[in-house]
Amino acid sequence: MNFMASKQPENSLLGPESDSQRTLYPYVTGTSVVALKYKDGILMAADMGGSYGSTLRYKSVERMKPIGKHSLLGASGEISDFQEILRYLDELILYDNMWDDGNSLGPKEVHNYLTRVMYNRRNKFNPLWNSLVLGGVKNGQKYLGTVSMIGVNFEDNHVATGFGNHLARPILRQEWHENLSFEDGVRLLEKCMRVLLYRDRSAVNKLQIAKITEDGVTISQPYSLKTYWEFSAFENPAQGAIGSW
Amino acid sequence: MPKEQANWSPYDNNGGSCVAVAGADYCVIAADTRMSTGYNILTRDYSKICKLADKCVMASSGFQADVKALQKHLAARHLIYQHQHNKQMSCPAMAQLLSNTLYYKRFFPYYSFNVLGGLDNEGKGCVFTYDAVGSYEKVGYSSQGSGSTLIMPFLDNQLKSPSPLLLPAQDAVTPLAEAEAIDLVKTVFALASERDIYTGDKLEIVVINADGIRREYMDLRKD
Repeated sequence: MNFMASKQPENSLLGPESDSQRTLYPYVTGTSVVALKYKDGILMAADMGGSYGSTLRYKSVERMKPIGKHSLLGASGEISDFQEILRYLDELILYDNMWDDGNSLGPKEVHNYLTRVMYNRRNKFNPLWNSLVLGGVKNGQKYLGTVSMIGVNFEDNHVATGFGNHLARPILRQEWHENLSFEDGVRLLEKCMRVLLYRDRSAVNKLQIAKITEDGVTISQPYSLKTYWEFSAFENPAQGAIGSW
Repeated sequence: MPKEQANWSPYDNNGGSCVAVAGADYCVIAADTRMSTGYNILTRDYSKICKLADKCVMASSGFQADVKALQKHLAARHLIYQHQHNKQMSCPAMAQLLSNTLYYKRFFPYYSFNVLGGLDNEGKGCVFTYDAVGSYEKVGYSSQGSGSTLIMPFLDNQLKSPSPLLLPAQDAVTPLAEAEAIDLVKTVFALASERDIYTGDKLEIVVINADGIRREYMDLRKD
């Protein structure tokens, strides 16, 4: 006889108590990821911040990781869910390697797998609270795609998550073109990341840029962007209207 | 303590419009290629059209993840059908399958608004139109999606379909020639792009006739 049973309302569609385990909201989150296709492959950038609500709690979070031989995954959203996704992918790549048949999962396949995982979790009302960017090169074919926490996915020449969609995509739509050189690609990504740094309050000035080509993945050492705060309008903002701010 | 409410929705509307028009010996299926969320455009180059069988093509708009899952499900079922019956599914057969698949998820629906177009077993054009839970009807033409409220009255005006209540049932297939029907579809999307913010970028047109399937593209407004 269970004396301590908690009561659920009669008309509830809830299952057993384990529903208290479902994700309701994210705790430690990463902000935007921005990525673009360039001449030799994919360039991706993400800062190293892990926010805990409005606190910029962690400042050395690596939000981009290589997957297998041909792919690079960047994530925004709940960091612990990203770590779980990395564990799923670890197992996927392991089984792929164990076939030892000379074949390996390309970025298209990994993206498809992630889409199915995200969609299935959404179907069970227990989502992985991430927006993922998956880029890679296999057999000369460049691939860049994205999946959201409810399973919405697509591929394009440039993608971004979160605030990047509002601030970076317009810049990329204007300035991206086919066969960008590595330097031009990095310059373009840094332009996007600088705007995000100025305008996204959850951005931190410590970022990494990752490159994936046919030869493999390189993730840069963390560095920071030069910023300029001496704009005259910021010097004395209340000049024209004493008492305002 | 009252149960906490989820602050996320399992659904999203990724916008877009779809149209299909049936002719005596052809069928035109068209959809725009814009994918949006809220007031943002996610991508300008996303196909909403999926070939399910040799003479059967589906265009769907709504929540993209559900649309993708639905397309995959139907493609898998078609493959099984081919293994078991050693032939392609006819368009009317696929139409029934789509309806049943949608109703199966009646209490957690695929947020997908579909038009199915193709040739029936006699080579005549047929169009089937659906709601999100599988109620469907064979018609001469139809539109679904964010621009359908703008497009459907225009098609009604131009294609003047006989009433489905008439007895004996009259054929709804349009007497227009293939080229005229394609022109009409292009006009209709230019129309929708003017006023519907979710429709635009590019139009993808698929034409099915006795010679097979071919694809055409046309630029639309990008704003």
